[in-house]
Amino acid sequence: MATVLHWLLDETPTSRLQARLGRHARVALALTRNPLAVIGLIIVALLLVSALAAPLIATQDPVAQDLARRLLPPSAAHWMGTDELGRDIWSRTVFGSRITLTIVLLVAIIAAPLGLVVGAVAGYFGGWCDRILMGVTDIFLSMPKLILALAFVAALGPGIQNAIIAIAIATWPSYARIARAETLTVRHSEFISAIRLQGASATRVILRHILPLCASSMIIRVTLDMAGIILTAAGLGFIGLGAQPPLPEWGAMISRGRNFILDQWWVSTMPGLAIVTVGLGFCFLGDGLRDVLDPKQAGKP
Amino acid sequence: MSQDPQTEPPHSPRRSPAALRRGARAAAIDLGSVLVALALTFLGLLAITFVIGRVVPIDPVVAVVGDRAPLAVYEKARAEMGLDRPLLVQFAAYVGHVARGDLGLSVSTGNTVAADLRRVFPATLEVATLGILIGVLLGVPMGVLAASRQGSLTDQLIRVVGLLGYAVPAFWLGLVGLAVFYAHYRWVSGPGRIDVYFDGAVEARTGLLLIDSLLAGDIEVFGNALSHILLPAAVLGFFSLAYIGRMTRSFMLDQLSQEFITTARVKGVPEWRVIWRHAFKPIRVPLITVVGLSYAGLLEGSVMIETIFAWPGIGNYLTTALLNADMNAVLGSTLVVGAIFIGINKMSDLLYRLLDPRAR
Repeated sequence: MATVLHWLLDETPTSRLQARLGRHARVALALTRNPLAVIGLIIVALLLVSALAAPLIATQDPVAQDLARRLLPPSAAHWMGTDELGRDIWSRTVFGSRITLTIVLLVAIIAAPLGLVVGAVAGYFGGWCDRILMGVTDIFLSMPKLILALAFVAALGPGIQNAIIAIAIATWPSYARIARAETLTVRHSEFISAIRLQGASATRVILRHILPLCASSMIIRVTLDMAGIILTAAGLGFIGLGAQPPLPEWGAMISRGRNFILDQWWVSTMPGLAIVTVGLGFCFLGDGLRDVLDPKQAGKP
Repeated sequence: MSQDPQTEPPHSPRRSPAALRRGARAAAIDLGSVLVALALTFLGLLAITFVIGRVVPIDPVVAVVGDRAPLAVYEKARAEMGLDRPLLVQFAAYVGHVARGDLGLSVSTGNTVAADLRRVFPATLEVATLGILIGVLLGVPMGVLAASRQGSLTDQLIRVVGLLGYAVPAFWLGLVGLAVFYAHYRWVSGPGRIDVYFDGAVEARTGLLLIDSLLAGDIEVFGNALSHILLPAAVLGFFSLAYIGRMTRSFMLDQLSQEFITTARVKGVPEWRVIWRHAFKPIRVPLITVVGLSYAGLLEGSVMIETIFAWPGIGNYLTTALLNADMNAVLGSTLVVGAIFIGINKMSDLLYRLLDPRAR
């Protein structure tokens, strides 16, 4: 173990692989020194495990109804109680993690590359291209995200796919801003000029040499945004425009418990706690990542 | 002691008249470019709502003539509605309508959307304003406290509260708040703006119940309205205090690491004076922007919590319209909330430039 660590942290790496792995190892080591980041990492890991192994962790079928056992308080048999159709809330919350994870991953996969490309192209070419692309970006940025997502879902129709598309449409502009700022800092640097003199096309310069440099600030931003994406998705589900029943989406579960909140508090409270926990996990992790990857910004909100 | 120029914050508001005039001219040019940007952003907002209105899978012509209408009738209605014209012409017509305050008819209420929005807006304004007051009054001192004790337990706690503002769903906090403070402790009144008994008891002059009841001198109505608004305003206030607190902390940390602070401390200026006079004074200007952003955010946040509290504001109106597929109402509310959001943002941006000489 000690020799592996020694090899990873070698100040004079002998191969590219060693250098790259060493950099990752340093980031990982620095992260483990931050208690909040470790908590965040554990929470996100638990979310992954619960999504992957949902059938093993859940104690019952998440959609099985049992009207004789409806609205039972939390107990040994039903850790989080049961809802108005007698379904086990713990099992539904566990299966709900799959939906949440799907949503955040898909939004990140759609919005981050879109923002990256728009921002990098605008920053690299400059001039009119920059003005038009950033004008559009600024218009989207100046609009309230949730309202924008609501209006798009209203137009596209309710459902989980349309919710993902709507959230992605509302999310990409901030990534474009970051990618543009990063691109501007490296655009005139010597290594870019050297590659261009060797005859590299604009596509190659942007894809192979500029985008990788935006990666660390994008990772920080996306991680910090995860909580917001989860909240928006849950909000859409709560209003009834996101995941449709009987899918155990956390926002929709909270919405179903609304009518019982005064007497059967657990129906709404439990899925809400899941949202808060996962959201905090991403926030802690994002904060920690920023401290490690971007020391200039450390401590800023 | 603070008269000593060395301990004074580097940009104290003492400027010569000539400098002030120069500043005013620069501000006028600034105002022009801000207005152009504002107009473009509004046009962009209109374009987005226009496009959303086009992608709706409901054919507006069929909605009027019915799906069994002969083709000739269909074509005639389509031409009457102007839907056969080029998209750009339609967009120009749309902008013209909105500029005249015509947002169309709401299918679900039967009124014009503009009239509906005028009716529901004061309720949202009232709860968001009380929310931002709570956010500023608690958030700023929290941020200053956290920064002045950086790394302490207090600081960690305040940081976690700040992050909770990112992770807690507003609608869930509202529900839990109702369960605890209304159902269990009976500290506040339940959903709605006022008890049915007091409904219409005071003349609606401003539409803001707290102010209307005070104007009428009816303390009983005021107390009832206050007991209803307290919980939703506190929920909104939590989100704004989390954000404002976090930003205040980071601005203060920036200032406290500056050399003039060290100088002041070395010269023996009392710590409270270092914090409030030397470090806090320069951050008042950026804080205005933060408060503006947060206020705009609360208007958005109230969309999520109004249904919980049966609060008859713009959020309730929007969500009801969404579920009834009442597109005119949806787009009208989106437009109004978006326009206010943009307006507040640009205004705080402008204030920042006017007040902070470095931003020019």
